[in-house]
Amino acid sequence: MAAFTSYVSSAGQPSYSFPQQQSAPSHASRAPIQHSFYPYTDNGGSTLGISGDNFTIIAGDTRSTSGYNINTRYEPKLFRIGGEGSEHKGSKIVLSVVGFAADGHALKERLDTVVKMYRYQHGKEMSVNACAQRLSHILYNKRFFPYYVQAILGGVDEEGRGALYSYDPVGSYEREFCRAAGAGASLIMPFLDNQVNLKNQYEPAAPQGLEKPQLVPQPLQRAATEELVRDAFTSAVERHIEVGDGLQMMIITKDGIEEVFSPLKMD
Amino acid sequence: MNTLVARYSQPAAHTHAYNADEDSQQLIQDAAPQLSLNFALPPIASTAQWLRAMTDDHSNPNVPIKIAHGTTTLAFRFKGGIIVATDSRATAGNWIASQTVKKVIEINSALLGTMAGGAADCQYWLAYLGMQCRLHELRHKRRISVAAASKILANLVYSYKGMGLSMGTMCAGVTPTEGPALYYIDSDGTRLAGNLFCVGSGQTFAYGVLDAEYKYDMEEDEALELGRRSILAATHRDAYSGGFVNLYHVKEEGWVKHGFNDVNPQFWRYKLEKGEFSNVNAKLDETSGKV
Repeated sequence: MAAFTSYVSSAGQPSYSFPQQQSAPSHASRAPIQHSFYPYTDNGGSTLGISGDNFTIIAGDTRSTSGYNINTRYEPKLFRIGGEGSEHKGSKIVLSVVGFAADGHALKERLDTVVKMYRYQHGKEMSVNACAQRLSHILYNKRFFPYYVQAILGGVDEEGRGALYSYDPVGSYEREFCRAAGAGASLIMPFLDNQVNLKNQYEPAAPQGLEKPQLVPQPLQRAATEELVRDAFTSAVERHIEVGDGLQMMIITKDGIEEVFSPLKMD
Repeated sequence: MNTLVARYSQPAAHTHAYNADEDSQQLIQDAAPQLSLNFALPPIASTAQWLRAMTDDHSNPNVPIKIAHGTTTLAFRFKGGIIVATDSRATAGNWIASQTVKKVIEINSALLGTMAGGAADCQYWLAYLGMQCRLHELRHKRRISVAAASKILANLVYSYKGMGLSMGTMCAGVTPTEGPALYYIDSDGTRLAGNLFCVGSGQTFAYGVLDAEYKYDMEEDEALELGRRSILAATHRDAYSGGFVNLYHVKEEGWVKHGFNDVNPQFWRYKLEKGEFSNVNAKLDETSGKV
């Protein structure tokens, strides 16, 4: 034991039995050293939004991962925006964020504050399209230090129709009928193209060639849409390790937000 | 570091910003810094280099933040005004992020901008340009010239040079003083006036068709057709372009939208009805002509 410790000096520095090469001081150039700066973690998970005639459904799984570790099985990615107090009473806008959960929370706090301040200052609720543009600006304000998030915003517009907006990390946005984001996006989005937008599907009984008409998407019914969302997520869970545990759905209508939770596979 | 922050957080254009009653403004600004030109910066020395490491999927396909990219846009002047045409695809790496992007941005009723490069950069700064154009109208009681509008944008992006903005945009408009005017502005600070521009990953393919057929003395329907056909050629050969053809015509009265049409049926119409795109086999047994 004594022989073993004798190679280590009292200061904790190793002492060597052979000559050491003197390394040149690393500060020779006097240039400041910048260590790698990586402020992001991908917390996995997936979100999905579909808008119908008079409703919008936003859904997300509740698993939170970092690398291969599952940190928790219930960390919601869906947030009510606006409304009264911390309960968001009467709110009719939902924000979903997937990517880096901390950035997602920061973003949600910012947008929620903006929407609440808007009501105090203007005495009316912020419309979804105004909120959508505001969210774009919040994201773009961090153009040079982006939020690591893919956001989807849902609500009902001033005509009572379902409204859905999707964003890239720095605020480019577009109103759409359906959008999947996050880890499972590449699995879910093709399914949605097929089932919601009826992409590349044609009238079977019609004449061939250029006259063969493309199937036209019909307005979605709420119950059928909920089933579509559930199917999308059970399928994604089957093939993606970062998706699973629980499915949180928020259905926004002119009457408010309804929340539905259903379990997903936990493996 | 501090000098860097000072330099970029207060660009030259900031001095033009709206500055009214400070108390009431302050309250709004606490919660809502609208179109402020104060951008958050990472707490490090080389911000632009870091941003590139995080977002430039061209040099490293595994970057964490993938920003929407990829485009073909074109605009050309002719005797009846200006034709503006774009595709509608946005890609993040190999992933097609959207097939329905509106790449023609309606700055106001007489001015159009096009979007190539970073989608967010174009959307945000052309919206900002729209705001500046409206302020110009209110201050001077007449519409801004295309030259002036394009220069606002060019000066703005120049003040952010090296920070990592990515945009290649065209400003098209018809004004009583200038007639039809077309400018190309990019994030390097380039600003060019010209008759004809194609911008984006599919620009070479679009130029191929456009240069071959372009004449200044075209009729309106001829010009619209040329715009459409050039975009179609680009969507055919450039994997980063596709989706829908977005067509606009700018006249002195304002712009007219000529549809947002799916590429696929148009392609087959050109092939089957006009015999173009003969490199493609229409029947499965025509396997001899591999291209």
